[in-house]
Amino acid sequence: MSETVLTSDKAMGKSPAEKDRKNAGMAGFLSSSNSDYLMAALFALAIFTMPLWLAPIGAGYPDILQKFAIFGIFALGFNILFGFSGYLSFGHAAFLGAGSYAAVWMFKLLSMNAVLAVAFSIVIAGIFALAIGFVSLRRSGIYFSILTLAFAQMSYNLAYSVLTPITNGETGLQISRTDPRVLDNMFREPGAALPVPDFFGIELQGWPGFYFCATLLVLAFFLTMRIKNSTFGMMLFAIKSNQNRMAYTGFSTRPYLLAAFVISGMYAGLAGGLLAVTDPLAGADRMQWTASGEVVLMTILGGVGTLLGPVIGAAVMKYLEQIFSSFNEGVLHRAFDFLTPELQDLMVGITSPFVGEGWHLTLGLMFMIVVIFLPGGIMEGLRRIASATRGRRAGSGDAN
Amino acid sequence: MPIDPSAWSRRRLLKTSAAVGAGLAMPHVLIRSAWAQDQAFCNNPSGDTVTLGFNVPQSGPYADEGADELRAFQLAVKHLNGEGDGGMMNTLQPSSLKGNGILGKKVAYVTGDTQTKSDAARASAKRMIEADKAIMISGGSSSGVAIAVQSLCQDMGVMFMAGLTHSNDTTGKDKRRYGFRHFFNAYMSGQALGPVLAEEYGKDRRAYHLTADYTWGWTQEESIKNATEGLGWETVEAVRTPLGAGDFSQYLTPVLNSGADVLILNHYGGDMVNSLRQAVTQFDMRSKQVGGKDFQIVVPLFSELMAQGAGEAVKGILGTANWDWKLDNEASKVFAKSFGEEYGSPPSQAAHTCYVQTLLYANAVETAGTFYPPEVIKALEGFEFDGMGNGPTLYRAEDHQCFKDVLVVRGKQEPTNQFDLMEIVKVVPRDQATYDPSIFGGELGPYEVKGCAA
Amino acid sequence: MDAIILQILNGLDKGGAYALIALGLTLIFGTLGVVNFAHGALFMLGAFCAVTFAKLLTISERVRDESVTFFEAYKEVPYLEIWYGDTGRAIVEWAVPLSIIMAIPVMLLIGFAMERGLIRFFYKRSHAEQILVTFGLAIVLQEIVKHFFGANPIPLTAPSALAGSADIGQWFGMTNISYPMWRIIYFLFSLLVIAAVFAFLQLTTFGMVVRAGMADRETVGLLGINIGRKFTIVFGIAAVVAGLAGVMYTPILAPNYHLGMDFLVLSFVVVVVGGMGSLGGAVVAGFLLGILQSFASMTEVKAIVPGIDQIIIYLVAVVVLLVRPRGLMGRKGVMEA
Repeated sequence: MSETVLTSDKAMGKSPAEKDRKNAGMAGFLSSSNSDYLMAALFALAIFTMPLWLAPIGAGYPDILQKFAIFGIFALGFNILFGFSGYLSFGHAAFLGAGSYAAVWMFKLLSMNAVLAVAFSIVIAGIFALAIGFVSLRRSGIYFSILTLAFAQMSYNLAYSVLTPITNGETGLQISRTDPRVLDNMFREPGAALPVPDFFGIELQGWPGFYFCATLLVLAFFLTMRIKNSTFGMMLFAIKSNQNRMAYTGFSTRPYLLAAFVISGMYAGLAGGLLAVTDPLAGADRMQWTASGEVVLMTILGGVGTLLGPVIGAAVMKYLEQIFSSFNEGVLHRAFDFLTPELQDLMVGITSPFVGEGWHLTLGLMFMIVVIFLPGGIMEGLRRIASATRGRRAGSGDAN
Repeated sequence: MPIDPSAWSRRRLLKTSAAVGAGLAMPHVLIRSAWAQDQAFCNNPSGDTVTLGFNVPQSGPYADEGADELRAFQLAVKHLNGEGDGGMMNTLQPSSLKGNGILGKKVAYVTGDTQTKSDAARASAKRMIEADKAIMISGGSSSGVAIAVQSLCQDMGVMFMAGLTHSNDTTGKDKRRYGFRHFFNAYMSGQALGPVLAEEYGKDRRAYHLTADYTWGWTQEESIKNATEGLGWETVEAVRTPLGAGDFSQYLTPVLNSGADVLILNHYGGDMVNSLRQAVTQFDMRSKQVGGKDFQIVVPLFSELMAQGAGEAVKGILGTANWDWKLDNEASKVFAKSFGEEYGSPPSQAAHTCYVQTLLYANAVETAGTFYPPEVIKALEGFEFDGMGNGPTLYRAEDHQCFKDVLVVRGKQEPTNQFDLMEIVKVVPRDQATYDPSIFGGELGPYEVKGCAA
Repeated sequence: MDAIILQILNGLDKGGAYALIALGLTLIFGTLGVVNFAHGALFMLGAFCAVTFAKLLTISERVRDESVTFFEAYKEVPYLEIWYGDTGRAIVEWAVPLSIIMAIPVMLLIGFAMERGLIRFFYKRSHAEQILVTFGLAIVLQEIVKHFFGANPIPLTAPSALAGSADIGQWFGMTNISYPMWRIIYFLFSLLVIAAVFAFLQLTTFGMVVRAGMADRETVGLLGINIGRKFTIVFGIAAVVAGLAGVMYTPILAPNYHLGMDFLVLSFVVVVVGGMGSLGGAVVAGFLLGILQSFASMTEVKAIVPGIDQIIIYLVAVVVLLVRPRGLMGRKGVMEA
């Protein structure tokens, strides 16, 4: 299977994704489908041990790790569309938002069970994606981007104002004690406190919440890997490389693209659902075009078309947003306190515009640097470092 | 945060000292605190410091307001730790504050960026609670964010001392046991502003509302409408405008031909700056006459930063404020001096409310003799105090809303200096702004929550 | 009737801004083949040229402010006012229109620097990568502005002679139509700039080459014309147009660092509706969308379709893209997919 993928890659030329896969390291890794399982297992190991190896950099607490996992799923899904087929959607956040609203409504109406909520968000996001994808995919290139952007912005604007009965507008949709929750209330009395989303009795806050998200991330990762190595995945890469040629050979590309769009929308829905599971509140901000831009940034930052890249990109981005933004001058002074006072002030002066309220600046700069010098994202950077130090080395595994 | 192996012994030591401190205050507190100390609760401070989380907008349209709030928080921490001139620590009555931190622990703080988005604000608050072990969260510059963070804090079992949030919902239908608001709300604005409007502009007026199309805008529109209609005004039209519309010309042009003679702008932040400026300096509304009456514009909620942004346009415009640094009372003077000396500019009302909230929290902890939130909450509920710049103030137990005098202010015609943007027209007494908590519904929820300790 | 005329006027001044931004955007796309997501940032930088100019004019002496008694406060008196009295004050008042003098060279330089320093490396790369790198640049630019000017909107006023509203109904023998002077000036100014750009492209040899480049870039390159230099200049011009749009917009909308992002999505919609690479299309679509947006905000319209004013722009874009993908005035076969 993967042998064929590699040959077709050669024929297709050199987008970053293919270059990555052409790298000898991956070839050995993917020679049998058993290696898929091996890779997924390594990935799972890395993800589940995150609380240990991310603690030294201040990211060993549940909320941020949940966000790493959830936005990892979101970026993985986005990558199925953008990375594999080359269609740049600028409105993917709409599906994330739809998924969140769906999950919270599930919590309100039926049950606090996370499985139901997540399933419902995937379905709703899928339907939403089908409708938007069906229309948007009539165009390609930048027109496609603008169409998706327009749909997402319409969703956002309406969710913020006119659709308030469904979305609770600016405040965001929340669960309340008086919600019907038909299924739950059949079996037990509503308590005095607000209920918490659970997985058959395990409350999904804090660490259990992280492991729930992490498990789904691993599943999503495995699924993405299978998609990438499937005929369907090959089709998408072929469309990315040359859509006209595909059309001339008699393929109708639209159904493949629509399938990719819907799948990637469902990933976004899953991510949105999980956001609601770990924190039962859904706000319209999740749908804004800047949120769509964020997932693009994550994917590019990590490495377009690679498997691991989007997950890394999502983590880097969330880390910047959460940890960098919390560095105030006090923290900086402590960080540089091994220096003399004058040097300390100098270093704080130099670094302070980039942290705290300036974290957006760091983000923008990092992003430009990646697009300019490392079109393959962090993954390409890692590979370059790896090949510089040890020549040939197993490809994606080195992210750990 | 590094794990401190010596925490156990130190904790025991502190427990004793806290109990001694409380024992000096009141005997029944001693009993209560001794009982409370055995409770496991979220982020029980175990070292010799206690961490507060200040969650303010550092990016987005309210970033400057957030910066001012942060300054106030830093000043409050300084004063609590016994540094600086002590500010309103000296004027608070009754006070249990000692100027040696909170319960003898030095106050440390962490900061975060809410981006004025519910999601980002909750993520940031969660970081403070989970990673930085903050015992209390404060801040916020919009009601949506405040409500979102407040309900999170209830779930986590951490107290939330709201910063600037003006929606009725914060202490109305979305109120929470763990959330407290010192700032006033839209309803109080309406109650305070109504009579002044009738006095200044007469009882026979026709009002046209432009309202930011989201929750806060709606509650404000409703509150002002009720207050003015009760005085005999007629509401011609209430038009919703998209948040962040920027150019409001298409909403402003119909106003003058609608027969209305008052325009009420239920906008905040950038929307207010733009709509007010466009109405005054471009559409020249204040120089118009409708049916023999001078056309008037009202902005129910004012802030200093917005007044700065609106420049000349704000002159002569009536609105309400929670506090103003020029208020003639001892506490306000002390605070304005303390803040001005520290930062070179007087505090905004956002800064004031954040400073006060921090001190009130610390005071409640000292009174309760424990950080255990249910006890702290009980110390705040029904707390009657003075010397925080607003005169006698009550933290009402039923909805955790502060009741105090409301200021009706007017954009100053002839400012004597760059900070002198507003003049106080009237200090509306607290009774007039007090209402029955049941009108907004909502429920506070339980004192005991499983929170993050579980 | 009055209401409709007023809304058309509203649409014209809004449309003026849209048209100016879209004009530069489509010019860059048409000649350079680059999708510039930093174009909104250029508009914002233009607005901050006016802010900076006003600040320069009001460079002030710090004087102890005696009216503040709580702490040591200082007030600032502009040197221009100290030195020249009323003349100085008048210059300060006319800061916005005067700042055009500064904005043109500054924006030209910014445009040159952007093209030479960044954009030219992206001619051969995909639209997606162009979008991404310019998006990153836009974030960086706005954060730099925020660092120096803060996040609060900064009020700039039109000179008092041009502030307030004019009773333009009277000019045409109608009553009840008065409209802000500065907005009328903005509309006229946008027409002037648009005319200047078109004249430049139609009447100069340089413009001829640019137009030829828009029609068929490869052939022009093969003819031995140094496209690189021309590209730089075109980019500079587009930057100036966006910048001027920003400068003159400041009295209408108090600028803050986020201004560019607010206009970015909108201006792309305008370009797409007009037709990618079509200059005329951008102008027509700009005014058209401005007017449509104004009408959608009327209470009568909103009563029929609630929330229509929130989505009208995007709705138009979707419809145009589906029905007529090359846009209103795009040439057949150009970017039609």
